[in-house]
Amino acid sequence: MQEEIIISGFGGQGALFSGQLLAFAAMDSGFHVTWIPSYGPEMRGGKARCTVVISDQEIGSPLVRRPSAAIVLNIPSMEAFEPAVKPGGVLVVNSSLVPQRSERTDIRVFHIPASDIATELGNIRLANVVCLGTLVQAIGVVPLEAVEQALDNHLPERHRKLLGANKAALRRGAALVGG
Amino acid sequence: MAKELLEGNAAIAEAAIRAGLEAYFGYPITPQTEVLEHLARRLPEEGRVFLQAESEVASINMVYGAACAGARVMTSSSSPGISLMQEGLSYIACSEVPAVVINIMRGGPGLGNVAPSQGDYFQAVKMAGHGDFHPIVLAPGNIQEAIDLVVLAFDLAEKYRTIAMVVADGSLGQMMEPAELPPMRPVRPPAERPPWALTGARGRQPNIITSLYLEPEVLEEVNLRLQAKLQEIAANEVRWKEYSSEDADLLLVAFGTVGRVCQTAVREARRQGLKVGLLRPITLWPFPSARLAELAGQVRGMLVVEMNAGQMVEDVRLAVEGRCPVRFYGRLGGIIPLPDEILPELERLDKEC
Repeated sequence: MQEEIIISGFGGQGALFSGQLLAFAAMDSGFHVTWIPSYGPEMRGGKARCTVVISDQEIGSPLVRRPSAAIVLNIPSMEAFEPAVKPGGVLVVNSSLVPQRSERTDIRVFHIPASDIATELGNIRLANVVCLGTLVQAIGVVPLEAVEQALDNHLPERHRKLLGANKAALRRGAALVGG
Repeated sequence: MAKELLEGNAAIAEAAIRAGLEAYFGYPITPQTEVLEHLARRLPEEGRVFLQAESEVASINMVYGAACAGARVMTSSSSPGISLMQEGLSYIACSEVPAVVINIMRGGPGLGNVAPSQGDYFQAVKMAGHGDFHPIVLAPGNIQEAIDLVVLAFDLAEKYRTIAMVVADGSLGQMMEPAELPPMRPVRPPAERPPWALTGARGRQPNIITSLYLEPEVLEEVNLRLQAKLQEIAANEVRWKEYSSEDADLLLVAFGTVGRVCQTAVREARRQGLKVGLLRPITLWPFPSARLAELAGQVRGMLVVEMNAGQMVEDVRLAVEGRCPVRFYGRLGGIIPLPDEILPELERLDKEC
């Protein structure tokens, strides 16, 4: 078993943090995991992306060209990664910010209005966690509870008051996966 | 101790503290600034010395001074910063004091960029400074190994009174992976400083530490002693790791981040029926030449993959001495080669060798 997940958006949208949550959850569930950011002289509003590899064996390459799943939080990320997802994979699209729809039939696509749901929950910056809920539920490798545990353990102190809202966002995202 | 999800740079810094680092001198540069950041917070907490110097030149000379006093010391930087330290490194090597140096390599030459690179292989292995010396060069392939090798670096530096350099690239510094930190070693008390250290000559003859020997005959003696030490290191400290090499008839050779990427390439190549193995050097100096020479008698060909224009490949060829073909694939500018680029190279090697 190996899942390779790319989470991509603007700096400030929480792409890197949601990837870390997933990495913590995977580690706590007993998997090998790597988390690697695209790093550089970057700033809020610039590109932000991370790759998370979850595996039941020692991980070789922490980077992939064709992920088995992706979360795209904005239009440039959609353009970059919608075509890259491997056949049979999962794509989660923040449809609040990405108007175009994927026409791929060889992957499971979830167009979810994550920013709108986040706003409804009281903070637009929860959109990343809504998407993560959808992704985690769709790929089914790591239980949702492990991600909740990761939030309990690793949400930065300054965002502690948003713990409940984060968990609500995670569950709202997960509930959008049918079956 | 349980595994934690650790960032490479922070893990390296914390490992140094656990290994008994007493004093750190450094200057910020991406992509290793998190090493300083972590140490700036943690060393004062532990009652030890953290000093951000005014430059890399100052940093390495502070390391030199503190090492002469018998303290367990370290500096860290990234490629251009290491270039600035080379004069000091040469003085340290000639003076035979232990020092640990971390290089989180970035794209070059020049200011280059901050992306991951292995362009400093030659610098680390062949010419870390002027004159005849080699530091021990350790190249971790993952975060656990980075932690373990930082601890080892202190031990080797002290055992041989030499420089131990840990070279990784920016991606290892920035990534996160579960790993386990070692227990905290007690800091060596001042009374247990090594006998050669400059601790004040009260009640004993003064110790002299220098790298200046004006008499050629004397300097030749010093050099011969250094060379004998290097030979001892070469005989005892070679480290590497092999993957699926037992039955391999093609061999990948790669270190650091590309080394782990090649692990994936091995798995994928084997799925296609190619009998590929991997040798990942962990010490770049001393180099696992003898083992490569042995494997050259087993395999049809070798493919060296690096994040540079072809540096370690020269050492592989020297080791193999023409016994089998040695090909090269590399990416430049801070790009990490991925398995889907390495596979076609392996297929070509399979056809042509």
